[in-house]
Amino acid sequence: MNAGKLLSYIILAIVVIAFVVSIALKGFLVTVGAFLTLFIFSFLYKDNPYYKFAEHLFVGASAAYWMSMGFWKTMVPNLFGKLYPPMVAWAVPALKNNPAQPLMLIPLVLGILLLMRLSSKAGWISRWALAFIVGTTAGLNLVRYLRSDFIQQINNTVFSLYVTNASGFDLGATISNVIIFGGVICGLIYFFFSKEHKGAFGAGARTGIIVLMITFGASFGYTVMARISLLVGRMQFLFGDWLGMIR
Amino acid sequence: MKICFNKVAALGMVLLLLAVPYSWLAAQAEPDTLIQDTTVTITGQEHLPRPAQFTFVHDSEGDAGGSITLKWTLSPDDGAGENNVTSYNIFRKASGESEFEKIGTVASGLTEYEDATTTDGVAYSYYILTSSDSVGSKSDISAGVVSSAQWFNSKDLDTFIIGIIICFSVIFFIFWAQKGKKLYLRKIAGLEAVDEAIGRATEMGRPILYIPGILDMDDVQTVAGITILGRVAKTIAEYDTKINMPVSRSIVLTTARETIRQAYVAAGRPDAYSDDMVHYLTDEQFGYVAAVDGIMVREKPATCFYIGAFFAESLIFAETGHSIGAIQIAGTAMPAQLPFFVAACDYTLIGEELFAASAYLSGEPKQLGSLKGQDVGKIIAMVVIVLLCALFTVASLTESEAVLSLANTIRGWFSAS
Repeated sequence: MNAGKLLSYIILAIVVIAFVVSIALKGFLVTVGAFLTLFIFSFLYKDNPYYKFAEHLFVGASAAYWMSMGFWKTMVPNLFGKLYPPMVAWAVPALKNNPAQPLMLIPLVLGILLLMRLSSKAGWISRWALAFIVGTTAGLNLVRYLRSDFIQQINNTVFSLYVTNASGFDLGATISNVIIFGGVICGLIYFFFSKEHKGAFGAGARTGIIVLMITFGASFGYTVMARISLLVGRMQFLFGDWLGMIR
Repeated sequence: MKICFNKVAALGMVLLLLAVPYSWLAAQAEPDTLIQDTTVTITGQEHLPRPAQFTFVHDSEGDAGGSITLKWTLSPDDGAGENNVTSYNIFRKASGESEFEKIGTVASGLTEYEDATTTDGVAYSYYILTSSDSVGSKSDISAGVVSSAQWFNSKDLDTFIIGIIICFSVIFFIFWAQKGKKLYLRKIAGLEAVDEAIGRATEMGRPILYIPGILDMDDVQTVAGITILGRVAKTIAEYDTKINMPVSRSIVLTTARETIRQAYVAAGRPDAYSDDMVHYLTDEQFGYVAAVDGIMVREKPATCFYIGAFFAESLIFAETGHSIGAIQIAGTAMPAQLPFFVAACDYTLIGEELFAASAYLSGEPKQLGSLKGQDVGKIIAMVVIVLLCALFTVASLTESEAVLSLANTIRGWFSAS
């Protein structure tokens, strides 16, 4: 037996003993949660059997969970519950008195067409359903993005570049407005694809990418803080719920 | 005179005696009256705030039905007087019902309420109870109003006009490009590197990992990611390299398989295609991340593409990809994730560069024309912003009400409902 294998067995024995002791002291579910957290954290060292175990357990359990959720949260209320409510009234009594919507036959047919992909001969039929999904998505999003990312953005970027308040000229607010105005215009220039970025236009584009990078820098720090809060949550679980060191 | 007085007094007594049961019966028949009868202050005062009155009770415009809009004039006691109005209570009765029921309360000073709980085809009557502490006075009861759906949403007229202009521009430039006119497209560094990245994977004999984000096909970034996949997969087929594409959505799985299959057919190598190139893992965000990280460290792909919509997993992917020495090309329009990709990847398609990528890679007139048409939208945005900022600045400098009014009017055209 080589040293590596021996070390693996020693680690496995320690893990098993710690697991059993922990169950006796803290209960089964908390112990399982804590050990799975540690198994996932072990990836920070390198890929190992403990990580693989947690990874496969996570993927398998979550895939089954989402499949179940997909049936009960999508198929039942949005298809069966609308197509023929009495069919699912035993499971979701709230749907019992809803009127039947025969139009739901259309998504039912599209769903069946999508499942035709499972057939090697009739798989091509699924393209019709896919085309419908992609086409309606594009159409719906066109309106949504036009409203939120275009019209509303224009509305929010419009302001005076000379701001006054009760005491007269407001230098701070004016500088703030000028920066936002310049940043938006230069950013738009950067995202202009059909003209070469050179000369004054190029200078505007370069300013635009600088503004974007400054924004990303600020956003980076902000988002890292949010991620640290996730880590803090896990640490609280390990040191509080499991080890009882935080009360 | 005496007899006459007695007669009048007797008649009055009779009328009074009749009035008591009559008023009781009337109160039973018309429950609304009860509201006024019970409006007595705790201190014994009976000074009611003067009632608000409806000016507008109509079916809400430009909606899909199920809504009636109510507007009223403020009570004269709103904001003033000893019986200052505290709220307006909205009461509703459907045709066929006997009693009004309270459906909402609006704070004082406001003059509009949208009843979004109506059933189309049913007539509803309303009244407002103008309240001051524990007393209230009732408005006139409105005539019955029926809600219904409209075919055209007049509130979105600005969106419609701008959409038409941009769509027309896109169609115009597509025809322009199809006539053989050359359309210039500036270089996008991340896309210039696609062939180089695939070539590197081929030379190293390692697979290419393609992650289309974690959202479904109803997200435009995923659609863009799949479009770029078509071009990447064609090059992969030509180079005879392997592609590994784990996905987290079943519709994306189907679409990606179809896209890669067509790319292999277009490259003249349909026999080399396999459904195993694209495989489903799980819908769960971090379950998917854990599995993809495992794939990365075990298969060590030479090139990783992250093209689509990403959330917290972006940095985890990019860091793991960096640790295995892969060339990484990312593209997303998620503002919070772009910093991580910019920091950890070799090339990043920022925002709209992602959507321009398919046109850039294909060079097809149809897609190039579409990109040129989108640039028209940017010109409109720039012109409007510059014009309106100039008008507001002039209004501030000159304190001109006319200029301010003009600027606000134009700004009103760009207000999404």
